[in-house]
Amino acid sequence: MDISIKILRYQPEKDEKPHWQLFKFAIEDEATILDVLNEIHWVHDGTLSYRRSCRSSICGSCAMKVNGRNVLACETPIHRFGTRLKIEPLSGFSIIKDLVVDLEPFFAKLKRIKPYLIVDKPLPDKEFVQSTAELETIGESTLCILCAACSAACPSSWPNQEYLGPAALLKAYRFIFDSRDDGSDERLEIINDKNGVWRCHTIFNCVEACPKKIKITEYLSRLKVKAVENSL
Amino acid sequence: MKIDEARNYHKIDAVIVGAGLAGLRAALEVAKSGLTAAVISKVYPTRSHSGGAQGGIAAALANAAEDSPQMHMFDTIKGSDYLADQDIIELFVNEAIKTVYEFEHMGVPFSRTEDGRINQRAFGGHSSPRACFAQDVTGHVLLHTLYEQCLKHNVFFFNEFQVLSLLLENDVARGLVAWDIRAGGLHIFHARAVLLATGGYGRAWKVTSNAHANTGDGVGLVLEAGLPLEDMEFVQFHPTGLYKHGILLSEAARGEGAYIVNDQGERFMKKYAASKMELAPRDIVSRSEQTEINEGRGIGGKDYVYLDLRHLGKEKILQRLPQIYDLALNYLKVDAVKEPVPIQPTAHYSMGGIPANARTEVIKDAKGTVVRGLYTAGEASCLSLHGANRLGCNSLQDAATFGRIAGIRMGECCRENAYSDLPAEPLAKAQAKIDRLKQAPGKEKHAPIREELQVNMTKYMGVFRNEGDMGKMKAIIKQLQERYRMVAIDDHGAAFNLDLIEALELENLLSFSEVIVEGALARKESRGAHFRTDFPKREDGQWLKHTLAWRRDGKIVLDFSKGVVIFPQYQPQERKY
Ligand SMILES: Cc1cc2nc3c(=O)[nH]c(=O)nc-3n(C[C@H](O)[C@H](O)[C@H](O)COP(=O)(O)OP(=O)(O)OC[C@H]3O[C@@H](n4cnc5c(N)ncnc54)[C@H](O)[C@@H]3O)c2cc1C
Ligand code: SF4
Ligand code: FES
Repeated sequence: MDISIKILRYQPEKDEKPHWQLFKFAIEDEATILDVLNEIHWVHDGTLSYRRSCRSSICGSCAMKVNGRNVLACETPIHRFGTRLKIEPLSGFSIIKDLVVDLEPFFAKLKRIKPYLIVDKPLPDKEFVQSTAELETIGESTLCILCAACSAACPSSWPNQEYLGPAALLKAYRFIFDSRDDGSDERLEIINDKNGVWRCHTIFNCVEACPKKIKITEYLSRLKVKAVENSL
Repeated sequence: MKIDEARNYHKIDAVIVGAGLAGLRAALEVAKSGLTAAVISKVYPTRSHSGGAQGGIAAALANAAEDSPQMHMFDTIKGSDYLADQDIIELFVNEAIKTVYEFEHMGVPFSRTEDGRINQRAFGGHSSPRACFAQDVTGHVLLHTLYEQCLKHNVFFFNEFQVLSLLLENDVARGLVAWDIRAGGLHIFHARAVLLATGGYGRAWKVTSNAHANTGDGVGLVLEAGLPLEDMEFVQFHPTGLYKHGILLSEAARGEGAYIVNDQGERFMKKYAASKMELAPRDIVSRSEQTEINEGRGIGGKDYVYLDLRHLGKEKILQRLPQIYDLALNYLKVDAVKEPVPIQPTAHYSMGGIPANARTEVIKDAKGTVVRGLYTAGEASCLSLHGANRLGCNSLQDAATFGRIAGIRMGECCRENAYSDLPAEPLAKAQAKIDRLKQAPGKEKHAPIREELQVNMTKYMGVFRNEGDMGKMKAIIKQLQERYRMVAIDDHGAAFNLDLIEALELENLLSFSEVIVEGALARKESRGAHFRTDFPKREDGQWLKHTLAWRRDGKIVLDFSKGVVIFPQYQPQERKY
């Protein structure tokens, strides 16, 4: 089918600020947004840059904004949006080039919450015993692919670069609620802060944006309860 | 230029290329021992291909049924069609158990048995339920956990850096040169030990389950450095690739009872592997599918068959196989609850790669002469653990276990050796590659060349091979290599230049694909994943040996003097399922 695509372009060496570029061509009905970008890059304009790798919605490289919604380009068929597309980089991050944004701050926040199992007890010879119910408490939170779509959708994140943001807090949840972990106190101290879990105003934008449909806000609420309990 | 004055110069004990399971596991080991470790990866670590693995990681924990390392060993040998080196397998099956418990102690959220132990499920070719798993996202959770452990132990990360050349002189590795993708610019990494953990080379095919990053850069670099590659002709095709896209629909679907049927609605596997049916090993199922397609029984006479899940019922499909359901719906608009899913064989796993010994040291000849300071692990390597055909779930384990061993050995190497001097013009080779692509007067573009390579590799170097087809492929590669010399890129900017990155990757694809074809042409037998219609039998008398291949003066030189390590108790037998 014939499609018309507007892409927000920015080449730091040439452009003072981002600008729209229009492309029009025909593509197969089943094409995904990533197929569209590949078609542009491989056939029409080699200078277009974007991130992609797995093309099966598991690596988190290709989050971007299409017609105002944050999606993974690789898993999103164009027919979901019709024949007119408007593609731009994730909001809230500085643009490196075209659809590629600077994710260093995003990954740095992750590191701040000590994202690893902290164990004080002696290690068993075999595995730690963990019940299925205990595993289910954290199960969904381990599905996060660090695509940053949630942060990009979060109005609490935009004005305040210091806010840990939904993904890092979700990761904190994932460890604090792991039955094997002994590091909750250290972590709660970090997140029980005005730039920590309390800056989440349960706006639910993150949940809507998350391609893995993770109920982030719910887990952040559980963290708030835990933080209060802990400080009593 | 004087190196010491260069701004982009890094001196680090162990430099690791690749942030998949193999690279990260090695880096963790080095960093824990108190040395400095840097991981260089062209994608953010959590975006490495390892994260795409769904099914599981194999180890004989015996949590779900009786099992032992010996059983794991025999299954792996048989699966390999007897081409694997048995000393490597012996080391592997024992270490595998430790590797999984270590992962669990790091916090990997494995699915559990009723009594809270790591759960295990059945997988093709394994005689006991041996795959430790986390739902259908095993690779994802292993990769994230390892990355987080590396953060804890202060591994240095150079994310979005692409390695362009190895610094190697007199059989001693001295470091490498990488391109900073984000900002542009070359960096020199001066090291005492270098690990190549760059993953597989499945991107040489059009229909592939592999990520965009799997362009075989590691094998390309080794070939360019004048070192050999091993058994490159052995590439596994997975039977359930999503039609046209090649994206993997996990073996878990068949594990849950899905059927594969032809145009007549017949479960044709009964003709090819009556006892195992759809759960026969991958090479066998893929060949059966292709036979049906070639004989006109593909759906509507076309080049695909159906994976039918409908009889499993809506609830089971949505609960147990949600990823598969979503993939079929998103990519093909097929609702797997109501309709069968079009599938075809897809290039999946690279058994061949960079030859190394049990210590993960890269070797440069059939005698096993070591290149000091150069190591390899994971899918980029060929130890040879998987021989002619890898069993499912053995590769994550391969990457993690030999990644750990590589980390230990690199640590030893760093303690025993001072930094060796860098070659005189360390940047020259990498700089020349970039300059040429920016300055070439040519009119060629990289994308159509890559497309032609991939389409023809799928056509001529797939599940079935023969002399005529491969001869055509050889000629096509030669032409494409010629055209590559004339490639010019559109984008001359420094920041995140995807055009440049892809053009550089294409050079590797064109280089090692020639080795695949030459090896396959020379190997006049059928073994594991390498099947020749003109030589349909396995020939142990003549071909029970590894292929080594070099590029010398622009030509591929082959050597078959590297034998297979076979223990007396595991002599080759006919492989039947
Ligand atoms: C869809 C799919 C499902 C799979 N499922 C399973 C499974 O269930 N069980 C199983 O055991 N195996 C499975 N496999 C196979 C398994 O995932 C891989 O063999 C394994 O993950 C390889 O790990 P690795 O560390 O060697 O490489 P990878 O994870 O591929 O990592 C390669 C790394 O090298 C880097 N790199 C490459 N070139 C360069 C360069 N030039 N410069 C800098 N960095 C570079 C990349 O950025 C990346 O970080 C599956 C494979 C696929 C395709
Ligand atoms: S929580 Fe969801 S949206 Fe946020 S980074 Fe993880 S997967 Fe992406
Ligand atoms: S390319 Fe990996 S999530 Fe889209």
